[in-house]
Amino acid sequence: MNQNLKNAAIASLLAGVIIAPVYGLQILRRGQETYLQPEWKMILGGMLAVFVIQLVNAWLRQRRAGKVAAPSRFRIPAISDKLRHRAIMVLVLFALAWPFFTGRAQVDIATLVLIYVMLGLGLNIVVGFAGLLDLGFVGFYATGAYTYALLYHWAGWGFWEALPLAGLVSAFFGFILGFPVLRLRGDYLAIVTLGFGEIIRLLLINLNEFTGGPDGISGIPKPSFFGYQMVRRSMDGTPTFHELMGWSFNSQDVVIYLYLMALVLVLFTLYFTSRLIRMPIGRAWEALREDEIACRSLGLNPRNIKLSAFTMGAMFAGFGGAFFAARQGLVNPESFTFIESALILAIVVLGGMGSQLGVILAAVLLTVIPEIAREFAEYRMLIFGLVMVVMMVWRPQGLLPVKRPQVELES
Amino acid sequence: MSDLLPLLTQQLFNGLSLGAIYALIAIGYTMVYGIIGMINFAHGEIYMIGAYVGLVTLSAIGVGSGLPLPLMVLVMLIMAVLVTAVYGFAVEKIAYAPLRNSPRLVPLISAIGMSIFLQNWVATGQGARDMAVPALITGSFNFTVGGSDFSVTAPYSRILIIVVTVLMMIGLTLFIKYSRTGQASRACSQDLRMANLLGIDTGRIISITFMIGAMLAAVGGVLIALAIGKLNPFIGFIAGIKAFTAAVLGGIGSIPGAMLGGVLLGLAETFAAAFISSQYKDIVAFLLLVFILLFRPTGLLGKPEVEKV
Repeated sequence: MNQNLKNAAIASLLAGVIIAPVYGLQILRRGQETYLQPEWKMILGGMLAVFVIQLVNAWLRQRRAGKVAAPSRFRIPAISDKLRHRAIMVLVLFALAWPFFTGRAQVDIATLVLIYVMLGLGLNIVVGFAGLLDLGFVGFYATGAYTYALLYHWAGWGFWEALPLAGLVSAFFGFILGFPVLRLRGDYLAIVTLGFGEIIRLLLINLNEFTGGPDGISGIPKPSFFGYQMVRRSMDGTPTFHELMGWSFNSQDVVIYLYLMALVLVLFTLYFTSRLIRMPIGRAWEALREDEIACRSLGLNPRNIKLSAFTMGAMFAGFGGAFFAARQGLVNPESFTFIESALILAIVVLGGMGSQLGVILAAVLLTVIPEIAREFAEYRMLIFGLVMVVMMVWRPQGLLPVKRPQVELES
Repeated sequence: MSDLLPLLTQQLFNGLSLGAIYALIAIGYTMVYGIIGMINFAHGEIYMIGAYVGLVTLSAIGVGSGLPLPLMVLVMLIMAVLVTAVYGFAVEKIAYAPLRNSPRLVPLISAIGMSIFLQNWVATGQGARDMAVPALITGSFNFTVGGSDFSVTAPYSRILIIVVTVLMMIGLTLFIKYSRTGQASRACSQDLRMANLLGIDTGRIISITFMIGAMLAAVGGVLIALAIGKLNPFIGFIAGIKAFTAAVLGGIGSIPGAMLGGVLLGLAETFAAAFISSQYKDIVAFLLLVFILLFRPTGLLGKPEVEKV
């Protein structure tokens, strides 16, 4: 007990040192002079909290030490295939019904969620299935968004013509960037992809004449409905969607339409990825993630397999980016910072790497919670970073881990 | 053409002082990597926190307190070093120690989380905007080269960076070479498990490694804050990546390599800014990183790594 007290005291002292210069002593400026405003409550409160937590922790550990290793606490079981299919069906039905019984703001947030689901599913291929940590995913997202924006700006293309090309261009970027770097080991790969993401962003900022620089491109049109525009009055005299249907124009309809478009794209992504993972290529991704050397000795070509995952992930990021550009109506490099990559990565990690249902759940959580807790908006990223650390320490397999296909030998 | 020489000298000086900062941060990456084979993603943030602690200390003393200047800078450095050592210790205990035996990606992701946390920890505590650092060290040393009319400007604050960095490097080299802890840390970087079997407290060495890295980065942070005159909570991210580039350039795991890599990267960046375009200087660093990893992943002074089953 004495030892525990001593440890807790040291820990709380260290906590004091950590808190003091950041939260405890606020730097204020009056004219030329800077001075400090101490916040003793902050420092002492933090120290006390750490002290108590340390003591409770030590006490728990001692209690547990006596017993035989208790069956792991908080267990969330891995869900079976059947349950997962049902859950996805229910989710899809729910998502379809969503815009018809909620308001405009909720539909708008739901559209954002769907964009993140799409991005999460794309990154899930790279990180979750193939086990390649890609920290520059936002680069491909930006590529897709700018492909549509630039095609519209310079050539007047519409959303639907640009969408496949956005995916293709992003996939191509993924391919040429992935080609040289995929022989690197995990953590090097992470840093290089991060570098690529930053290079793409810096290029977008600096190629002023072409991309509009830091201001980006604005006035990007929303998707049309088989050639019928979703606007109050069309520019070129072609009939608009509400004229076709004989409705009066309602901006709520546009929001709902965008939402349904996003849903279609997500469903396509979901279907496509869940088929892929059952194909030989998907199995190869998972095998590669588990053991690269074993894969190589079984005659798989790691580089090609990795490259296919990388390219495929980039393609979905491109789709997501094009849709993002259409929804926002403007793109600028600000939207494509590293934090965005980290957010998408957190969605994959929080959901459980390789788990599609998990990705959906995590995308909902990470998009909706900040919207609800607006008064804590300042602390959003702080909590977000903390959640990433805590998840890795406490539950690295994520909220809804997948049950891997496996055979066990009876002994 | 007589103007070229002073321009080159000027850029050489700027590059050296920038490179010195990169070298100080890079040592933290390289030492941690050398021992546990992980990229300490939160290291750039420690550098930023070091700079903030320096500013807090300066504000606590008061610019006009009449304390002699060298003493004031020394106190700032010491406080920054002490506090960031605690940060380094805590980061290791919270985000790395529990994950010692996990798959590689797990600690890396937790380190990214830690990095985001620390950035916003400072952003919420001290405000996210730019903060001005009082100009303590003013004046510069001007000299001409080769009989040209243009003089080269070497601000004292930047000269201080180079001098302190050189002193720290010498100190670190001696420490690693001769002290018992330094010897133990070299043993750990050769073979962590074997060192453990031979009775070295590897947990302690890992903690100390994180602390030394943090201290050096903090020194860099304080010095650069004094030289540039402003700081914000997000300076650590880019500086961290560049310092990592420096560590890779020199050969990750090698301390002299990190020093060399830092200086080379600083020079490459300043010369690119001066002769190509200052907007592309960040791209130069990233491209350099990509090319080294492609063509010489072991860096200039690194040892090749063998992958074992």
